[in-house]
Amino acid sequence: MSEVKTETIVTMKDKNLKNVTSTQKVMKIITQVLLYIFLGVMAIIVIFPFYWMIISSLKTVAEYELPIPTLFPKTIVWANYTEAIQAADLYNLFKNTVIVGVVSTLLSLVITVISAFVFARLEFKGRDTLFAILLATMMIPGELFTITNYITVSKWGWVGNELTPLEGYGVLIVPFLVSIFYIYLLKQNFMQIPNELYLAAKIDGTKDLKYLWKVMIPLALPTLISITILKMMGAWNSYVWPRLVTTKEYHLITNGLRTAFQDANTGTANIPQQMAAVTMVSIPLFLVFIFLRKYIMKGVSRSGIKG
Amino acid sequence: MTNQSVAKKKHIWDKVSEKFDIFCRKIKLDKWKAWLYLLPTIVLLAIFTFCPIINTVSMAFTVYWDPEAPVYEYDESGNILTDDETGKKVVLGYGEYKGYNIALDIAGETDFEFGFNNFISVLKYNGFIQIMKNTVILCIMTVPISTLLALLIAVCLNAIKPLRRLLQTIFFMPYVTNSIAIGMVFAAMFNIVGVNEHNLDASRSLGIINSVLGVLGMDPVNWINQGSSYWANIAVMVIYIAWNALPFKILILLGGLQSVNKQYYDAAKIDSTPPWRVFTRITVPLLSPMIAYVVITGFIGGFKEYTSIIGIFGEGMQPPGAGAGTPRLQTMVGYIYDALGTNSQGTASAAAIILFLLIFAVTLINLYVSKKKTHY
Repeated sequence: MSEVKTETIVTMKDKNLKNVTSTQKVMKIITQVLLYIFLGVMAIIVIFPFYWMIISSLKTVAEYELPIPTLFPKTIVWANYTEAIQAADLYNLFKNTVIVGVVSTLLSLVITVISAFVFARLEFKGRDTLFAILLATMMIPGELFTITNYITVSKWGWVGNELTPLEGYGVLIVPFLVSIFYIYLLKQNFMQIPNELYLAAKIDGTKDLKYLWKVMIPLALPTLISITILKMMGAWNSYVWPRLVTTKEYHLITNGLRTAFQDANTGTANIPQQMAAVTMVSIPLFLVFIFLRKYIMKGVSRSGIKG
Repeated sequence: MTNQSVAKKKHIWDKVSEKFDIFCRKIKLDKWKAWLYLLPTIVLLAIFTFCPIINTVSMAFTVYWDPEAPVYEYDESGNILTDDETGKKVVLGYGEYKGYNIALDIAGETDFEFGFNNFISVLKYNGFIQIMKNTVILCIMTVPISTLLALLIAVCLNAIKPLRRLLQTIFFMPYVTNSIAIGMVFAAMFNIVGVNEHNLDASRSLGIINSVLGVLGMDPVNWINQGSSYWANIAVMVIYIAWNALPFKILILLGGLQSVNKQYYDAAKIDSTPPWRVFTRITVPLLSPMIAYVVITGFIGGFKEYTSIIGIFGEGMQPPGAGAGTPRLQTMVGYIYDALGTNSQGTASAAAIILFLLIFAVTLINLYVSKKKTHY
């Protein structure tokens, strides 16, 4: 009798255990489903503006103004894109932005690499003090510099109408060539490369610049790519400075966007055309993002700055 | 053969280096080589960073006495009083300290002196309260909302396996955008086509957001058009700024979560701690340094808000027809640029210094609070 009892008890326990584990499993599945629902809804909210931008850029004005908005265009109008290029003079804006972006990125990479190398490898009096001063200036908001920089470039005659290309592009490039943050980022990376390598190379008669080119730059390539992308994105997104110092001829992409599609008299905008222009501005950024996501995220997680 | 000749041939950078060394020796600056390398950096920094700091501070404290400037009488709300009969402004007298101005400086006929009038004119500027109100409202609404949402999303992303990378990519997308371009998309989404003060014409598109609200059984709202209310404008700005701020915060918080020691969670599992308690007692405390970081950067960004407002409302920084004077959604940065545009560099400098001090103070407060609450 007693044996049977213990047996039943054991099976009861087993059953309980099974119940517990199965309820746990059910709970786990439910939470997972809830997680996916929450993330899915949030993802839709996050991505919806992009969808709306592309969809609206392909609609006719009449369809865009329908009382109940359509979620997909009935007729796809590619003409919005060609019209937008004309209306906002996008060709010129793109050209300016690419020139400023490429030139400023190349020059500032050279400056950043050399400065980071000096701070990371060469020993000289006052190095640490100088670097501490540089880091301290990072706290100051950029607006504080803009005021004097504006005065400086206007004294040089780089502001206003009838600028030569050198002046027009120079005023957009030169003030932002040195970025202390990028020097800092690259210096940290350079310092991870063992100093013995540098000393060994010196004994072999390798000069600084060759060592920099052959050893340090390849090893720090990911950081350099991050810097390149962030700098290019900076040119793509800069708005205030070009608006302040240049006229239409040297405006960058963001400057031409906001007002180009506004009817001066009524204040109403041709929104499908506007969205076509916005799509064209956004697509290069998305392409860069898709192909170089790793580097962007790495750069951003260390910086907290945009551009 | 070819290999040997390559090995014998000096590398281009070696040649450049040698030339540079010889040059250094020639001008007897051998010991200063590091400084020579740094020369371009230092020159550019001197012109565009160090000099501006000194210059901006000195401009902020520079004023001049304008003996012909009329002094007007103001009412309580800061408007200039006008004479009832003639309609002219009431003049109390003449002569006033005015802020530094580059045009006068170049002309060279004005005697500048030290004074605080630039700061006084910023603080007395009748739109200053409006600017501070906008800034504070935007900060205290966007920072908590975006931080909480980012925390939730990061925790959820950390708890799933399939699709995580895809979702992570989607959530990061708002980061790689142009804030003016996407601001225009948000403006289009909230826009009511052809609305004006008296006419909420329902026969035309109410915009996608209002249509969604309609599906949910709510009345359409005039978000950003002519005749829209201040709080509707603020709501749009909060949604846009929070949307824009999410990716950075998610990235930082998710990075923090992935470096958290799994043992804490295993211990919680053995004690069968409910998920909510795991979240509040383990996740949040362990993440607190990252949370403090995103809150501080959020506040700094909030104080410098400018382009996102331009993106939605255009360069007027307010809905059309919202009145002259200070734009309804003006911010400190916008005020600085406006002052610069009207050639009052003294006021702009003073405003920039006030902005810096505000950011500094808020950051210190944040650090103080987070030191008390942060678990390192």
